[in-house]
Amino acid sequence: MSEFECVMEIPEDARNPVEPFLRMDRMPHIWCPGCGIGTTVNCFVRALLSSKSDLDHVAIVSGIGCTGRVAGYANLDSFHTTHGRAIPFATGLKLANPKLQVVVYSGDGDLFAIGGNHFIHAARRNMDLKVICVNNLTYAMTGGQTAPTTPGQVISATAPYGVFEPAFNLVQLAEAAGAAYVARWTTYHVTQLARSMGEVLNKKGFCFIEVLSPCPTLYQRRNKMGDGLDTMKYYKEASKIRHGAPTGECALTKSGEIVVGKFVDRDRPDYLELMRTQLHESLGERYAEPEAVCGL
Amino acid sequence: MHADPKGVLTGVHFLDGDHACCEGTLAAGARFSAGYPITPSTEVVERFAARIPTVGGVFVQMEDELAASIAIQGAVWGGAKAFTVTSGPGFSLMMEHIGYAVMTETPCVFVNVQRGGPSTGLPTLPAQADMMQARWGSHGDYGIIALCPNSPQECFDLTITAFNLAEEFRVPVLMMLDECVGHMTEKVIIPEPGQIEITPRHLTQRPPEAFHVFEPGENLVPEMVQAGDGYRFHITGLTHDERGYPSMNVEVQDRLVRRLQDKLKPLANGRALCETEHLDDADVVVVSYGITSRVAQRALQLARQKGIRAGKFRIIQAWPFPEERIRELAGRVKAFVVPELNLGQMVHEVERAAAGQAKVIPVSHAGGGVHNPEAILKAIVEAAK
Repeated sequence: MSEFECVMEIPEDARNPVEPFLRMDRMPHIWCPGCGIGTTVNCFVRALLSSKSDLDHVAIVSGIGCTGRVAGYANLDSFHTTHGRAIPFATGLKLANPKLQVVVYSGDGDLFAIGGNHFIHAARRNMDLKVICVNNLTYAMTGGQTAPTTPGQVISATAPYGVFEPAFNLVQLAEAAGAAYVARWTTYHVTQLARSMGEVLNKKGFCFIEVLSPCPTLYQRRNKMGDGLDTMKYYKEASKIRHGAPTGECALTKSGEIVVGKFVDRDRPDYLELMRTQLHESLGERYAEPEAVCGL
Repeated sequence: MHADPKGVLTGVHFLDGDHACCEGTLAAGARFSAGYPITPSTEVVERFAARIPTVGGVFVQMEDELAASIAIQGAVWGGAKAFTVTSGPGFSLMMEHIGYAVMTETPCVFVNVQRGGPSTGLPTLPAQADMMQARWGSHGDYGIIALCPNSPQECFDLTITAFNLAEEFRVPVLMMLDECVGHMTEKVIIPEPGQIEITPRHLTQRPPEAFHVFEPGENLVPEMVQAGDGYRFHITGLTHDERGYPSMNVEVQDRLVRRLQDKLKPLANGRALCETEHLDDADVVVVSYGITSRVAQRALQLARQKGIRAGKFRIIQAWPFPEERIRELAGRVKAFVVPELNLGQMVHEVERAAAGQAKVIPVSHAGGGVHNPEAILKAIVEAAK
């Protein structure tokens, strides 16, 4: 059977298998043609499926920006919070009901500029959160301004003569702050990304996945880097899979090599475990274990 | 519903206002707090951090006030009753999340132990200069509830009221202490749990398919829901429709923002908490709140001794402002005297409600101390002429 015939045999009422995980009544989404955020959402849904997560106990928290809209499209308990504050909101949610699997899904500007302080502290505490950062190297929602991730020499709306300030290396930052799991992929690496997402859904502690994603409208176009497809070709050619690579060697540049892979996978006691251990030790039988702090 | 005995420290205590406030949160059922240290409010969460592990709950010290003020909201959607505590500079940082709580109708409590400002101001000294910020500090049109205790006993009692009102109206409720009330130590009676009325969260009983997360009831307040119960709901700070979905529609905006204000109307009209004395024959009414109301009490006593028919109107619920009560009084008294530890904030509300029917005389004080009762008395004497 040829590939063509196979396509023709798909029944008319067939649905994309990810549809039950999305709020289809909110489609079409707001993302531009060539944008990679939708690709990451697809991978996330596949990870939810493969990890056999109980979807009633998965909550997704986003900040503000293009990636901040992910929460609104996910058919889960979902929270679109304020700019930069997805992680502290998620912290409260997780601590109030530790049975929830809490995923933070947001962009590089939201998580690392306005929200940078919260990121390092949640990593330090090893809060049991799964943080997925779609890094398009710019503030896309507001028109392509310089982000803390924008590589040098890039032209942005607020750096019309080229960015000269150094950028964050997100994977190095995450490792240094204490993350239990750190990986980076691009939207070209859909299989690996979905696998990483599945891994973190089954791992305790603060887990961080950076996904490099094109923004043809506001990043690639301004820098004459082509469209979404050209970016895929760049990701394909420039990416080197180096699991366990020292994160200090993984900084991104405007058009150089992209080191991808799983860099960190370590076991540290998470915040709730540390809290319980300490309070048991200090208070003995007086300690009242908070199963859930609802008590309503 | 009565208070959960686990959180209620029944007995007669000698507590300062901050500690009494903490006991109020526990009695009210708060099992989560996130805080960031700031004078003169920190004692509230210090006590909570010591008490909560034996009650059953969580205190987390966050990296800043931005984090604390949103972490409590995450906890609320996780099913907890939750609060944070701060003062001046921290209160400024929390403004965005007061707005978020308003927009997402997240029931929670913010405690502000007021100190002198602006900016870092007078960290250890009292003021009442955040009253307008409490009402208007976040952007956009909205309403909140603010309560002003004037004693440690009221710090306990009104904190419970604050949590109850937060659940009833699904708004952030602001406890507006001042440094004096927060650090004043007095007798505090904590009743038996069975004597403490608690408003439980009104969780929906509808099945998920028949439930819209922002569909208002007859009282204009939607039913609550919590993560993990299978409702798959969406919450956003964007203008949203009854499903919680973002909307750019002018009518949706109009309906939502008007409802957020209108749902609080019962509190402005009749239900406003206040304490009054000698209003029947009053020519002059002293309107005050917080620590200033205790100084004003002395001035009122001195005025009565001089034969001036002076009455007391103590604002307990500053927002929504008790405008009907003030308007009604304005029609039959000569003047209002309004002492405050600021250069004139609630006095503007008194003026607005009085609408020219009675004189309104401010007695301002820039903060750092309290009024001399003589200053208030002088204004009463002038007003009575």
